[in-house]
Amino acid sequence: MKIRSAIIPMLLSTTLVTAAFAADVPDGTQLAAEQVFTYRVLDEFSSFDPQVVEDVNGSEVVRDLFEGLYNQNADGEIVPGVALSHTVSEDNKTYTFTLRDDAKWSDGTPVTAGDFVYAWQRAVEPELASPYAWYMELMSIENGAAIIAGEKPITDLGVSAPDDHTLVVQLSQPLPYFAKMVSHATTFPSPKWVIDEHGSEWTRPENIVSNGAYVLTEHVPKERSVRERNEMYWDNDKTVLDKVVTLVIGDDAQGLTRWRAGEVDKTEIPSGQYPTLKEEFPDEAYALPRLCNYYMTFNVKNGPEPFQDVRVRQALSYALDRDVIVDRVLQGGQFSAYTFTPGATDGFEVPEVDYANMTQAERDAKAKELLAEAGYGPDGEKLSFTYLYNTSESHQQIAIVASQMWKQKLGVEVTLENQEWKVFLETRGNQNFELARGAWCGDYNEASTFLDLLTTQSGYNDGKFSNARVDELMAEAKSSQDTNPLYAEVEAILAAEMPVIPIYHYSTNIMLSDSIQGWPINNVEQTWYAKDLYKVAE
Amino acid sequence: MFNYTLRRILTVVPTLLVLIIFSFYLMRLAPGGPFTSEKPLPPAVMQNVLERYGMDQPLYVQLWTYIKNIVFHFDFGPSFAQKDRTVNDVIAQGFPVTLTYGFWSAVFVLVLGIPLGIVAALRHNSFWDYTMTGLAIFSQIFPNFVLAPILVLLFTLSWGLLPGGGWNGGQWEYIVMPAIALGTSYMAGVARLTRGSLLEVLNAPFILTARSKGLPERTIIWRHALKPALLPTLTYMGPVFVYMITGSVFIDVFFSTGGIGQDFIDGAYSRDYAMLLGLAVLYSLLTFTLNLLLDLMYAWIDPKVRSNL
Repeated sequence: MKIRSAIIPMLLSTTLVTAAFAADVPDGTQLAAEQVFTYRVLDEFSSFDPQVVEDVNGSEVVRDLFEGLYNQNADGEIVPGVALSHTVSEDNKTYTFTLRDDAKWSDGTPVTAGDFVYAWQRAVEPELASPYAWYMELMSIENGAAIIAGEKPITDLGVSAPDDHTLVVQLSQPLPYFAKMVSHATTFPSPKWVIDEHGSEWTRPENIVSNGAYVLTEHVPKERSVRERNEMYWDNDKTVLDKVVTLVIGDDAQGLTRWRAGEVDKTEIPSGQYPTLKEEFPDEAYALPRLCNYYMTFNVKNGPEPFQDVRVRQALSYALDRDVIVDRVLQGGQFSAYTFTPGATDGFEVPEVDYANMTQAERDAKAKELLAEAGYGPDGEKLSFTYLYNTSESHQQIAIVASQMWKQKLGVEVTLENQEWKVFLETRGNQNFELARGAWCGDYNEASTFLDLLTTQSGYNDGKFSNARVDELMAEAKSSQDTNPLYAEVEAILAAEMPVIPIYHYSTNIMLSDSIQGWPINNVEQTWYAKDLYKVAE
Repeated sequence: MFNYTLRRILTVVPTLLVLIIFSFYLMRLAPGGPFTSEKPLPPAVMQNVLERYGMDQPLYVQLWTYIKNIVFHFDFGPSFAQKDRTVNDVIAQGFPVTLTYGFWSAVFVLVLGIPLGIVAALRHNSFWDYTMTGLAIFSQIFPNFVLAPILVLLFTLSWGLLPGGGWNGGQWEYIVMPAIALGTSYMAGVARLTRGSLLEVLNAPFILTARSKGLPERTIIWRHALKPALLPTLTYMGPVFVYMITGSVFIDVFFSTGGIGQDFIDGAYSRDYAMLLGLAVLYSLLTFTLNLLLDLMYAWIDPKVRSNL
């Protein structure tokens, strides 16, 4: 294989040298004397082990404790972490990362490429059974899938360290967005010597060694965890916050009360309270776009007969007034959705979709027409089905509003059925539903993280939609340099076939004290690092 | 008494065994498993995960391994939801928290409830009686999920006297509101029970006899009436105390204490079988121990009970 030289990298590789690091404090800013950021999370973390953690809040902590090859900046773009740059081979299958030479673990040991090799092998080893092993599979690292399945030894993983500062990754297929995927917690390095010594207890505060901007100093499960500045971190001089305290507060309303009392600097806004709080605290209530969609999925495999007719699916989609759901029901700054991929996705140009450009009155009229054509409605057969959702106040509100819209506009009878979360997942996953609620948050900031979901082979395609052209386009996108036309065609097919009804794209509603600055409000993955934040004097 | 205690202790073994077997199979009947998630694991990964937790084995093997680990190592196994921790870790961390605020809550209940009941009984049909009865009714219509937010609004937001939640190593200011919120309605119950019971005892023939003999009222009350009058209160406090020290889910969630009450609910939602089973065993042991202590206290208070043991 021919590797293009890093000396002529401009077009063929990505070299990251200009991005801002750590907290960017404007001149003249009066910093608070005590640099402590306290925030609230809903649940206890699943783990602090990079290769084991699987929840969003746990990943936030892991991002502070460990640093991967790349970080994300305030806009969600990748910026140097342990790696300074990378080159890509001509066939787009070999990535070579150059690692900085001043990165250290908190015990003073240098961070080497070997630490990444160890961590990545660890992520796929069957014995560890990482719940995010599938992510490594998604990264298409050579032999990853076979190792996970126990068919090959971990040493066969396509990752190597020719020297301490060079990491070479061999992919089984070209993946143009591979570099974006290495800011994920699963790919962070882990310290072999500490894990060998302490086993599964290596993440306890008394044992842990980490290479991020912070070290874990206290962890009281279900109550609090504290991380403090890592003096060994290569960019410690530019880190401002000394301490980050995470409090587990399992009740949204209580979280807000404690924010009001000044006990936490950040908390989530309880459902439905955003407009009021925005009015009361205009500078501290935020609705931030998120890389998540909310949709309804038709069971096109073994759902009711009418759902096999695309006109019925389209009619049901058209009749839903998304603006009412977003503006009147949810009131949290969400975005009405007509495409499956959120418009905030990096590099994704929202394509023109016909029904998105109609007025709601036009969509309603078209819905009636389509349903009548399909033989249902006032002059035809009565259409009825069951809508399945998991127990939650907002899901229930949406279900009720949607069923009323269908009933009033199309005369459709909908039976609402809610199930407890795990029961719901099993029911939906086994295709024991007719129409079901769905939602998806991107694993990386690129449209394929959403659109792959509707390919035939996707394990997450609960409605079992299958379209050969969609499969073909998504396969082509893996090796294409210009993916937008391909994604636009996929979205057009989805709008025409309507296997899912996109409802809205999420926003995250938070109360953030105005003393905390540097929050990456434009990062749609809400990937934040405490090292980028600072507290100003009030 | 010794034989009785030994007999009671021995009965716990088969009881626990039945409980474990029953709970073990019952949990497995619930749809959804610990590793069911919105982003389902690929089959090979799922297989690895199941192997790691021994869930690829037949159910009877899993059950046997579980019982063996408890009996020989007192090991309740790894938590399925909190990946780096075992159930023993969770209990060791959370139970002292729950026990602490549960204990102070019980103290609050007894220290306030019993005197209120006594005063109301002694000042029967007076202003004090009506005030106490009103207070008791008032307390009972405010369950902890109503009272707790009110306490936080007053003590934290309005007056800034106490932190709104957390535990912080169990400093007193973090215990006050959980203990009051948990105990208030029980305190009212204790007060009412004590009042009713004391009134009944004060009208009993042996008290009338004591009065006719000219014993001072104070002696009659403290030496002869109070002990039997407290028996219903004791009966009431037994299960209440178990409830208090095994943790209130609401108190744990609302005040973020880190107690084990929340673990039980989280365990149910996440199908953390090991956690649920471990906590069920713990609750059973606590219930058994407290019931035994209660029976022994009964025997100490009431000679009739003692003679029947």
